[in-house]
Amino acid sequence: MLSFVVSRLLQSVAVMLAVAFLCFVLFNFVGDPVSNMVGQEATAAERAEMRHELGLEDAVPVQFARFLGNAVRGNFGKSYRLARPVSDLIVERMPATLELVAAAALLALAMGLPLGVLTALRRNTPDSTVVMTFSLAGVAMPTFVIGILLIYVFSVECKSWAPAIGLAGDWCFPSFGRGETVNVGGWSTGLLTASGLKALVLPAFTLSLFQMTLVLRLVRSQMLEVLRTDYIKFARARGLTNRAVHFRHALKNTLLPVITVIGIQVGGLIAFSIITETVFQWPGMGQLFIQSVQFADIPVMAAYLVMVSLIFVSINFLVDLLYVTIDPRLRVDRARLGTAGG
Amino acid sequence: MLIARMAALAAAALCVTTAVEAKTLRWASQGDALTLDPHSQNEGPTTAMNLHVYEPLIGRDPKLAKVPTLALSWKPVAPDTWEFKLRPDVKFSDGTPFTAEDVAFSYTRALAPTSDFRSYISSIKEVKAIDPLTVHIVTNGPNPILPDYATSILIMSKAWSEKHNVTKPQSYKDKEETFAVRNAMGTGPYVVKQRDPDVRTVLTKNPTYWGAKEFPDYPDELVYTPIKEPATRVAALISGQVDFVLDAPLQDIARIRQTPGLKTEETAQVRSIFLGVDMGSAELKYSDVKGKNPFADKRVRQAMYQAIDIEAIKSKVMRNYSSPAGLVTSPGVHGYTKELDKRLKYDVAAAKKLMAEAGYPNGFTVTLDCSNDRYNNDEQICQAVTGMLAQIGIKVDLQSRSKTLHFPKVQKKDSSFFLVGWGVPTLDSHYVFTFLYQTNDAAKKVGSWNFIGYSNPKMDELTDAMLKEVDQAKRDQMIADAWKIAVEDMPYLPLHHQVIVWAMSDKVTMPIFANDSPNFKYAKIK
Repeated sequence: MLSFVVSRLLQSVAVMLAVAFLCFVLFNFVGDPVSNMVGQEATAAERAEMRHELGLEDAVPVQFARFLGNAVRGNFGKSYRLARPVSDLIVERMPATLELVAAAALLALAMGLPLGVLTALRRNTPDSTVVMTFSLAGVAMPTFVIGILLIYVFSVECKSWAPAIGLAGDWCFPSFGRGETVNVGGWSTGLLTASGLKALVLPAFTLSLFQMTLVLRLVRSQMLEVLRTDYIKFARARGLTNRAVHFRHALKNTLLPVITVIGIQVGGLIAFSIITETVFQWPGMGQLFIQSVQFADIPVMAAYLVMVSLIFVSINFLVDLLYVTIDPRLRVDRARLGTAGG
Repeated sequence: MLIARMAALAAAALCVTTAVEAKTLRWASQGDALTLDPHSQNEGPTTAMNLHVYEPLIGRDPKLAKVPTLALSWKPVAPDTWEFKLRPDVKFSDGTPFTAEDVAFSYTRALAPTSDFRSYISSIKEVKAIDPLTVHIVTNGPNPILPDYATSILIMSKAWSEKHNVTKPQSYKDKEETFAVRNAMGTGPYVVKQRDPDVRTVLTKNPTYWGAKEFPDYPDELVYTPIKEPATRVAALISGQVDFVLDAPLQDIARIRQTPGLKTEETAQVRSIFLGVDMGSAELKYSDVKGKNPFADKRVRQAMYQAIDIEAIKSKVMRNYSSPAGLVTSPGVHGYTKELDKRLKYDVAAAKKLMAEAGYPNGFTVTLDCSNDRYNNDEQICQAVTGMLAQIGIKVDLQSRSKTLHFPKVQKKDSSFFLVGWGVPTLDSHYVFTFLYQTNDAAKKVGSWNFIGYSNPKMDELTDAMLKEVDQAKRDQMIADAWKIAVEDMPYLPLHHQVIVWAMSDKVTMPIFANDSPNFKYAKIK
């Protein structure tokens, strides 16, 4: 077990290094930050001087080594755009993203699970056909379009239709921002105010829609498979109620893969949140990243990409460990073969 | 009922501590100010924000005329010295008095190597505080347009800067951010109440503002939110979550106008869009013509000019939000005249004839470099130009890039044919000549945006002379002569002046500023 963990850790470090290096190579194509940093009146000599000052004229491997050296000590440098330490910027924006992602993941589970069970148990009924059609839209429609659509319906047009159906005019949702936030021990949270919670609804729904349909379809197919197994037939033969068969026996056995997938998808949610954050002007890390790309703000881009890959790598690492812990067969195989690969 | 709902919505969107009767204006634009340090970044959104907290000696009114602000009057007292008489009884928002020492300090700070404004005032030799209300600015030789540059230099408090260790603008070499990046304290109409970069900035009325009599009912509070996504920005305006949008996308303006309760203001912006051709090189880098340079021949440039159907670009690409140009400078700039700003006729037949005369009856190929995120519909303009030039046989290979790639490429003179725009912060023609038309000379620091290799000794001479000429009539003649040369030599192919549109709730009264920099002390909100 120990050798497995160690080899997995080493692989993770190698992946991180590779990601970081690839980013650096890509940064050569985002352009020159200097033209954004100085006014149009700056002379060629002044531009060259600034480029030199920032170390942009050094070879990529040299820049990379310098970045690694600093990053190991937790120093990601200063943003070219905002002239503030990158680590401050990321820490400031992390709560917004994490709250959005957590809300989206919860929503995906809370809606996807019951709907998945429903469509599996009530196959070929009109209601499950409606749900499945809707889920197709969730898979097929780009996040961007969903976001704009929600803003249009629940924020802009809402002003006319909400009063018509008897809702107060301020029932409509805000089209941008986080609402009012409260600072709790350095963590700015929107979860404690009414406007903050309200502002969370549309972006969280937008971000969760894809995951929600994923969970729905996964639960449905797993459930259908489990319902065909012998132990379910046996349970029915024992005369158990439908309720006990469906929820105690079938659902329980479908949950393991679903939870694994959700775990991996949380990393994906953080990455996908870039688009949702842009559409809703959600002040999170994704938006910071987009603004940095447009400015060619290399220190922020580098730190963000390294952080996202760290999240992905960590989640994968944990999932690998969980697999081994949960599924005894994996352990037995390894013990017999004497290998620690995976 | 409607008003009650709007008010409830406004209250929800705002800080709850705001007094109910406070008149708040909520506005949005694409990008936030980069810093509150008034000398660190010479960039539109940054200046637009800082102008509300800090003030220059001389301001600009909505017509962009110079108006006394921290200085009441200014005049040359010697060929190389300008005297500024300061406004008495002005206080910084921390209660300390504003004096000539603060002016001297601020100009010195704006001249520091880390200042982004030093090129504006590089002619300054010395700034002397003669008495608490008199400042002498001594320049290296006469500088008749110093007051125009003074409109860009914002004044800080010397004591405050020393106290917070920000006597120099932020440098990228500094390890930590300086105090002035997120804090500001000036004489302006507003004070910073909350600064959350990229999220929300709240400015409230400065209770000690000297201009309270002159500007009695500007909004009590400004809440600024950057909203990057154009569709979201428009949605926020239509749904009443913001009162003012600085940069509504052109394609949504019709929709905004049709929405009850919203209105727009528009004006020609002080920014002209034009094409540059490498006319100075012996051979073009990106063309199939070898051994000679077709762009060196004026007939070829004129043929290209006349082959561009600018009215079609205006109606189809710009949705009528552009003003076709015959001059690479805009209305509002000193020296601009309507007569000079007339375009040569769009005439494909004449253009073809010129091409044949120049020896290119079958045209040639050339690469056009274009930005796709800098000017209004810049990439589409280039696409239209590509199609139009094909009519006279010029096969254009269009390469559109982000501004972070486009400008460095053009600045390295690694382009044979490119699109750029030029704004004029000083509102004086000299700025245009010295950057775009003067022969590129790194040592003299002139012609630094003349990437086309244009060189005319007469133009150089006039440009140098108009920098120093203090006799206004003589100087105006020089400017007129220089523009005549510019039109005659045709080194650039002018396209149009951009039009800016500000969209707002009809509760807001706000004059539009052609430099696209809103000054909310001129605003009113119901």
